Amino acid sequence: MSGRFAVGDAVIVKAEYPKTGHIRTPYYVRGLSGVVADALGPFPNPESLGVGGDGLPEQTLYRIRFKQTDTWPDYGEDPCDTVDIEIYEHWLEPANGT
Amino acid sequence: MAHDHDHRDFQPDEEESLPDYGVAEIAVRELLLEKGIFTAEEFRGALEGFDRAAPERGAKIVARAWTDADFKARLMADGSKVVEEYGVNMDLTELYVVENTPDVHNVIVCTLCSCYPKPLLGAPPDWYKSRNYRMRAVREPRAVLAEFGTHLADDVQVRVHDSTADMRYIVLPMRPAGTEGMSAEELEGLVSRDCMIGTAVPGSPAKG
Repeated sequence: MSGRFAVGDAVIVKAEYPKTGHIRTPYYVRGLSGVVADALGPFPNPESLGVGGDGLPEQTLYRIRFKQTDTWPDYGEDPCDTVDIEIYEHWLEPANGT
Repeated sequence: MAHDHDHRDFQPDEEESLPDYGVAEIAVRELLLEKGIFTAEEFRGALEGFDRAAPERGAKIVARAWTDADFKARLMADGSKVVEEYGVNMDLTELYVVENTPDVHNVIVCTLCSCYPKPLLGAPPDWYKSRNYRMRAVREPRAVLAEFGTHLADDVQVRVHDSTADMRYIVLPMRPAGTEGMSAEELEGLVSRDCMIGTAVPGSPAKG
């Protein structure tokens, strides 16, 4: 896997809110930090495919694990619960600023 | 007395009007047929192929994983490749298997649309596509599971998987207690569709 991030890295989802585009990054985790749970290799970029593009350059896809208490500040169930979401690399930044 | 009976109106068929996407699908399909990109027979065959996929296929794979450690290791490492041996082509997506353990319970949802491992399990249930499930499975998964009759102990972590991109998920449930002597073929019957979505867990075999 030749991605920018490795399993265990802390990352932040970009807090960007484009008005259009075939964006697969759920709104509810934009701006949140999580941890890389798996690195899945390169995949065509859906934001290009969705408008008839070639999907290039491909983006490394990750499974990012978020704590539910971060995802929903008023989460009423067990604080150990998590949600894993696939996020493409261009939506991620390192959480520690390096 | 031939003219004595009621001349009641027939109730009209409940024919739904076509949504815009339905109209667009027909238009595109007819164009592709006219241009000879595929034939009506190929289209029909593809639809039939979709309907051939069913939860029983997934149950067979789960039961084998329960009884064959090497198979399970391969399944966890590269699910798409393993299901190919069963004639399942994941197409442009990849199968990703998440395993329930005594400490972790997995649940699958797609909040963006209704992504589901169709080539393996067939069409998703209607509730899986409902806005209610899609919103609440990430927001209050334990409450949703309880409505399905699935109650988890407090020390079990709930791990929701929001299927947003190229992976298609199934849950590998825990093999129920009391099944030690059962063959893979017998175990298949314990694995329902919902067990592979994570809204249910397989029960122990009925006694008697």
